[in-house]
Amino acid sequence: MLKVEGIVKSYKTGGFFAKERQNILRNISFECGSGECLGIIGESGSGKSTLGRLVLGIEKPDRGTVRLNGENVLHRTVRLGHLSAVFQDYTSSINPYFTVEEAILEPITAQRKSRAEDRSKVELLLNQVGLNPSYMSKHAHELSGGEAQRVCIARAISTEPECIVLDEAVSSLDVSVQIQVLKLLKELKELYNMSYIFITHDLQAAAYICDRIIIFRDGQIEETVEAQRLKDVQSPYARKLLNSLITF
Amino acid sequence: MRIVHNLSKDKLASLSLIIAVAIILVGICAPVFAPHDPNEVNMKLRYAGPSWEYLLGNDHLGRSVLSRLIYGIRPSMLWVLVALGISVGIGSVAGFIAGYFKGKADTVIMRLCDVMLSFPGYVMTLAVVGILGAGLTNIMIAFVVMKWAWFARVIRTSVMQYSEMDYVKFAQACGISHFKIITKHIIPVTLSDIAVIASGSMCSMILQISGLSFLGLGIQAPNAEWGMMLNEARGVMFTRPELMLAPGLAIVIVVSAFNFLADGLQVALDPQLRTSSKKLRTNEVEKSTYEYAGG
Ligand SMILES: Nc1ncnc2c1ncn2[C@@H]1O[C@H](COP(=O)(O)OP(=O)(O)OP(=O)(O)O)[C@@H](O)[C@H]1O
Ligand SMILES: [Mg+2]
Repeated sequence: MLKVEGIVKSYKTGGFFAKERQNILRNISFECGSGECLGIIGESGSGKSTLGRLVLGIEKPDRGTVRLNGENVLHRTVRLGHLSAVFQDYTSSINPYFTVEEAILEPITAQRKSRAEDRSKVELLLNQVGLNPSYMSKHAHELSGGEAQRVCIARAISTEPECIVLDEAVSSLDVSVQIQVLKLLKELKELYNMSYIFITHDLQAAAYICDRIIIFRDGQIEETVEAQRLKDVQSPYARKLLNSLITF
Repeated sequence: MRIVHNLSKDKLASLSLIIAVAIILVGICAPVFAPHDPNEVNMKLRYAGPSWEYLLGNDHLGRSVLSRLIYGIRPSMLWVLVALGISVGIGSVAGFIAGYFKGKADTVIMRLCDVMLSFPGYVMTLAVVGILGAGLTNIMIAFVVMKWAWFARVIRTSVMQYSEMDYVKFAQACGISHFKIITKHIIPVTLSDIAVIASGSMCSMILQISGLSFLGLGIQAPNAEWGMMLNEARGVMFTRPELMLAPGLAIVIVVSAFNFLADGLQVALDPQLRTSSKKLRTNEVEKSTYEYAGG
């Protein structure tokens, strides 16, 4: 379904005339099936968010393609209604001038014109993410972190996309809220049969929600493992990650 | 609406707004408010003091100072507003393209701005006037040519900051069109910045046009303009200083009004919703305004 093929990305370092480029992603290829949750886990600065942006078609890779159902995601219409995202920073994820209702409706209205059942749709979505419909008229700054992140999730699932990229979607939340949100994400996945690309540096969260985990390091895929077989990973970096988790 | 509400709490700013609007209205309806024809020469009343018929007295040709003051609003303020509007318009388009799409477009536009901004403002204006000849239209052209680059610069910084926000990234990821993203997410938040810098640079433009008219490069006699009225009164500066008072005060009042309005707007438009990163940038804008006014 979502197919990433040979992606290369580098950023210019230094000034305007500098020729040097820093390679962030080197030849990444993977696939994410329908209804699958694929975890991408790696250290800070390993290029996970960059990969997320490329998968979302916000940025252009230097080489390689990202295809959704065989079509390049760089075309806006391919993404429309089929691809969505939840980001880490809930404070800047919702336009401060928008109400919760407007924010949730944004992707829906972009997709089609009719307005009749919009309000009930927002109510349904808010219920699904465990928020009271009275939140509809609130603004972003009136929400707590967990609530804002739930609104972002409601907004992401509003068009019932095939794939959602979650970039550190739970990392900035309180541990108890993290578990609630992860549970919610799991339920929603079953409900809508969506696939997730779950980017995180938290092995535990990844192990909880993901079917398959890609261990990512220095812009390269170190190893891919099934979540159940996480115990017997081979690569030294993955072992280190796992061990540090156990000692902790 | 929230902006108006916030602004009304700031007494100085609302007073400035009222003064500015009132002066603009008087300028537009100058023939209604002016008691006399501003160009009517009456040598019998040369240097006459204030009287009931001529409230502010008469100048060296016996023309009504009050009427000239009122007609002077047009070049001094209204045409400056037009020039400002055009340069902000061009600057916004360039700034939005550069800040939102980045990449090559950004590089090209910014280098162009660098070139424009590397000339000192006054020298460029004088050069344009030197080439095209004196006159209000030519000064307006010079203003637009000079200022758009500066607006483009500031607006680009603002747009760039907001286009990094996650809600913009989300909208892009969902496949919403660039046009819609710009109109719904970026214009509303940058509008306040644009309003602040525009009202701030209004002051420097009013001063510049009066300065150029004072030098005889702006509007041509016998049309009235505040800077030119100052120049005409210069000859009798020591014998009849009150002739300089009226246009001088008018300039001071208008410039102060716009300055206070700019300050007030900045406060009124800065809701608690903004993050701290926003403050940082506002400082930058302020700093460049300051540098600009100094240069
Ligand atoms: N727009 C950009 N221009 C230049 N360099 C960038 C850009 N975006 C990211 N980088 C660089 O790419 C590298 C990887 O960044 P990225 O945000 O993808 O890391 P990450 O794996 O998501 O880290 P974290 O876990 O901290 O979020 C960093 O070294 C960063 O400096
Ligand atoms: Mg990241």
